[in-house]
This record gives sequence, C-alpha cells and structure tokens, in this order.
Amino acid sequence: MVKIIINQNKAANPEELVELCPFSAIEYLEGQLQINAACKMCKICVKSGPAGVFELKEETVKAIDKAQWKGIAVYVEHRSGEIHPVTYELIGKAKEMAGKINHPVYCVFLGHDIKGKAYKILEYGVDNVFVYDNKELEHFRIEPYTAVIEDFINKVKPSVVLVGGTTTGRSLAPRAAARFRTGLTADCTVLDIQENTDMDQIRPAFGGNIMAHIFTPNHRPQFATVRYKIFSAPEITGEAKGKVILCAIEKSRLDSRIKVLDIREKEKVEAIEDAEVIVVAGRAFKKQEDLQMVHQLADLLGARVAATRPVIEAGWADARKQIGLSGRTVKPKLIITCGVSGSVQFAAGMNNSECIIAINNDPHAPIFNVAHYGIVGDVYEIIPELIKDIREYKNRG
Amino acid sequence: MEVLVCIKQVPGTTEVKLDEETGVLIRDGVESKMNPYDLYAVETALKIKESTGAKVNVISMGPPQAVEIIKEAFMMGADGGALLTDRKFAGADVLATSYTLSQGVKKLGSPDLIICGKMTTDGDTAQVGPELAEFLGIPHASNVLRIDNIRESSITVECDMGDAVEVMEVQYPCLISVDKGIFQPRLPSFRLKLATKDQDIPCIGLKDLEDKNECNYGLNGSPTQVKRVFPPQANTRHETWEGTGCELAGRIFDKLKKLKFV
Repeated sequence: MVKIIINQNKAANPEELVELCPFSAIEYLEGQLQINAACKMCKICVKSGPAGVFELKEETVKAIDKAQWKGIAVYVEHRSGEIHPVTYELIGKAKEMAGKINHPVYCVFLGHDIKGKAYKILEYGVDNVFVYDNKELEHFRIEPYTAVIEDFINKVKPSVVLVGGTTTGRSLAPRAAARFRTGLTADCTVLDIQENTDMDQIRPAFGGNIMAHIFTPNHRPQFATVRYKIFSAPEITGEAKGKVILCAIEKSRLDSRIKVLDIREKEKVEAIEDAEVIVVAGRAFKKQEDLQMVHQLADLLGARVAATRPVIEAGWADARKQIGLSGRTVKPKLIITCGVSGSVQFAAGMNNSECIIAINNDPHAPIFNVAHYGIVGDVYEIIPELIKDIREYKNRG
Repeated sequence: MEVLVCIKQVPGTTEVKLDEETGVLIRDGVESKMNPYDLYAVETALKIKESTGAKVNVISMGPPQAVEIIKEAFMMGADGGALLTDRKFAGADVLATSYTLSQGVKKLGSPDLIICGKMTTDGDTAQVGPELAEFLGIPHASNVLRIDNIRESSITVECDMGDAVEVMEVQYPCLISVDKGIFQPRLPSFRLKLATKDQDIPCIGLKDLEDKNECNYGLNGSPTQVKRVFPPQANTRHETWEGTGCELAGRIFDKLKKLKFV
C-alpha cells in the first residue's frame, strides 16, 4: 500500500503548493490542501515540495513465492496450423532470458488438427510444447481460448508468458492476464530478466516521446506482448531434444457464446514487414498526388511504400502500410523516410532497420536521432532530383 | 436495449516533455479532449440507438475535469453518463483501470452491449476492453470493422483478424471494441448542448462501489509498476547532411550506389 499524506501544519504557503503538481491534482479548498483524482502518483510533490508537507507512506505487502513459478512460455500464434513467425521471434527471446535464470522454455499450442505441427517448434530448441487439440478450438473464440491458457498456467505455472502483439494476441493476453489478476505490458520493445525472475519490460509510453521501464514485482505469471519483427528468430538447432505433451481439457470449459459464421480472406496486400527496402511517406506531402514521387522512387529501388499515421488518417494509403506502434513494425535492410518527423510511436516501428536515411526540412526533427544518414532538406526538391539521378544511371546501363 | 460506451479523456497532443532532473512528465497547459478512437464507439452506439431505440449511456474514469467529455457525448446524443473519479483510483495500470471500470459498470446496471474504442492515444495498449470483459465475465470481440445485424439477444459483427475477416454472432451481454472507420463520428450538436447543459453527471467514488477495498484500485491495485521513464536512445552512429536539394540528392544517390541498392 502506497499513499501520499499531507501534513497541513507544515505548509507555510499552502496556496503556492498547488503549483507543484504537473497534473493539477493539488487543490487548496477551505483552508485545506487536498489531492484530487487527477493524481498520477508521480511523487513530484514529495520530492520537490517543502520538506515534510507531502509524505509518502508505504506499507509492505505480503511477498509471493517466486520460486513456485518456473519457465518462460510462448503462445503459439497460428492460423489452421500455419505458425506465425512472431512465435519464433518470441521463442528466441524466451531462450535468451531462460538461459540467464536457468529456466525451461515452453510453448502452448492450441487449435484443431495441429498435433503434427508441434514437432516443428521443437527444432527451435523449445523444452516442451503443450498441445491442446480440440474441435472447439478450430476458430479463435475468446472464452475457450482463455480457458485453455488458464488450464495451461495452472498446470505448468510459468513465470513469464509471451504473446505476439497480433490481433488475436492483443485480445487473448489481456483476457488471460485479468483472469490471473496479474500484470501485462503491451508492445514491449525490449525485454530482459533479473536473477529474481522479475522481467524488465520497456515500451514507449504516455503516447509521447518517452520510454517506460515497467516491471511486475509481486505477481505471476508476468504477461508481455511483443509486435512482429521486434526480435529476431533463433536458428533452427537441428535436433529436437524437447517433448510434445498432449493436454486434455473438459469439454464443458470450452463453451462459448460466440458463433463464428464465416471467415473471409482479405485481399492480399504486399506486406511491408517482408520488404527489404521501404520508402516511407510522411506528412510533409501537401496532397495525395504528390505521393507519386515516393512511388516512383520506390519502384526504382525495388522497394515497397509505407506511410505514417497522419498520412493513413488522411486516407492517402492503406492502413496496412502504416509503420509505428499502432501500425506495423519493420526491419528492412534500407528504409528511406521522406518528410517524416519521427515520433517515438513511429520510431518504435522502424528503428531496428539496418540502414535509415531520413529526409526532413526541420533540423530538430526527432527522426534525425534514429537516422544513420540525416538529410536536412525539402522532399519536394530532393526526391525528384534523386529520381532523375537514378534513372540516368540506369539508362546508362 | 441498453448500450454503454467507455470513453476516456486524453491530452490534446502527444508532445510530452520529460523533466531531465526529476524524470517526471511535464504536461502543463496541455489541452484535453475525448480519445479520438472513442468517438467511433459513441457513434456506433448512436447508430444502434437510431435503429433499435436503445438507450445509450457513457462512462469514464479520470479527474473531475473529465466530465467535459461526458458532456461532449451528450452533445452527440448520448442519454446519460457517469464519471468514476476518486483519488484512490490514481496511478492505475491496465488491470486496476479495467477493474475499476467493471465495478462502475455494475454500479450503473447491466448493459446488454458495451462498446469501447480500439485503443487510446495516450496509452496505446488496446487492453482495457478485453480486461473489462473478463472482469464482467462476458464475451468480447475486438477490432470490429462492421456491424451486420442487431437482434434481440445477439449482435453479428465483422472483426479484423489480420489476414482475414471473421464474421461472428455474439450473445448479449457482451463487449465489442470498434475500429476507426466503422462509422463517421457526428459533430456535437448545438441544440443538444443547450438541451443537456443542466443534465446531471453523477460522480462515482470508491465508497459507492461494491468492492470498497482500496488495495484493488489505483497504484495499489496495479501489478505492473513503472521503474523509471527516460528519453529514447538516439542512434549513436549518425551523420547529418546539409546543402541544396540538388547536392543532397547527389549524395543520397552516391550512398545508395555504394550500398548496392541501385
């Protein structure tokens, strides 16, 4: 239990103390200092206020026994047995963390007619794959899927559960975390583990240009979701030493109040995640026709075109082309950003790219902090010239 | 039929600065607004109201100033609203927020359908909807792109599942989180503004909830804790080029050639 207590008698100038709080949570009403619901527990009033006025009172809570929870588990994301590559990326990170604390790596794999596919996962060096193969699990429906994760956690008691930040993962992970009343950190960009098995989780926060280091000190399991292409998939080890364990669950626990009526494939859009070279259009472009130059440049480089959130919201590009925390994460060999200012949200979706060339006319734009080559200039002047240079070079053969 | 929409007040901008010395966020003078994704949720509820005569309420959690976004929802056409506000709710993470909301929902009644926006622009996690559904013990469907059918006991929705669209029928009571673009949100109406300006907005505090144990709320009820916040790391090996458009284009071209991209 943590609370902030106000010692009214120690406040010499209480009216002035209202200014201390960046969230306007301190009020001075009827001769009393008060803290209202805007308080974020940032403790700035305790640190920066006059001594003794704002006091932090902590009572220790009963600590859980972390040794009861062992293993790092990865949720296997798949469609009809076809495993999503984010799963392998998470296995890679799970192995790395498990190695530090000498824990096993588990996978939990649920669906229908998937048994045969489980052996492939072992080749990545997983210790155990727990398979739930039931007709009721054919389509993703939230209640039966959560019930299976609950069953798995109760049986295996993993310390950590990693889930891909896909549409299903972002639906399933919070549901399961809430069932165990434990913590979940979404869209982590860095994960590490302490000797006491507390996981360090880093993600961009507050929608702004800030990273937060989050941990779950007294709850297990620790849930985290990670987007596709944030981590690297491990090499296939060749020999599968682990075991596939078939698990049974009572049918009554797989009931659902959801009926899947139809599944329609979406028309295929060339996924930007798989591109080796990407050219990104940002908000420096004044009208949709002007994006033509970005497409021309991309064609010349054999690249795919992506965009930032403002461009997507203007309706100038398909939402599946969006790079950033609320879009896709990419890790190409080369990325050229054109007129992109580079918010943390955007940078989180591309800063692992091998070579980043950024063109922007504002020398203070944050994109220049992530770019390897920062070009201060106007996209309307540079890109047409660049297209001309490449064309001439190609024509010369 | 009763529809409840969850809405949140967020900073008007994502430009947040960090005090280098104290490591605390500076948000002074930043305007607040309704989370843009919630406008789609409110609009979806109002469309359902128009076609079925459902009653639409909104609920929010936040500081006392958050009544402003409830008033905005009234101006769009919501029938009623309440604000969960208490100092004891401060510092809540996803779990504590969802739990507090679930207690607030129970306090208000038992809606047939709860609608949330896809995510908030300040948290960006998209987790509160599913966790709220879990605490209420009801099914949920995320990323709803379209509503196909509204029946007496169920709703049929189309959900974005990445490569595919899943059409599913979900029985009430249930929760859906809607994607932007499901409907174009209407603008607040001046007529409704006048009509609702004196409408009561009840404030719900910890003492009004069924579970009054303060360990379950705010920072105390939050399993995750922020160890520290810090500015993102800059890429260490970077060069900056300046010059005329023509020169810069030439230098980029040479670099691309050297790296074998042309």
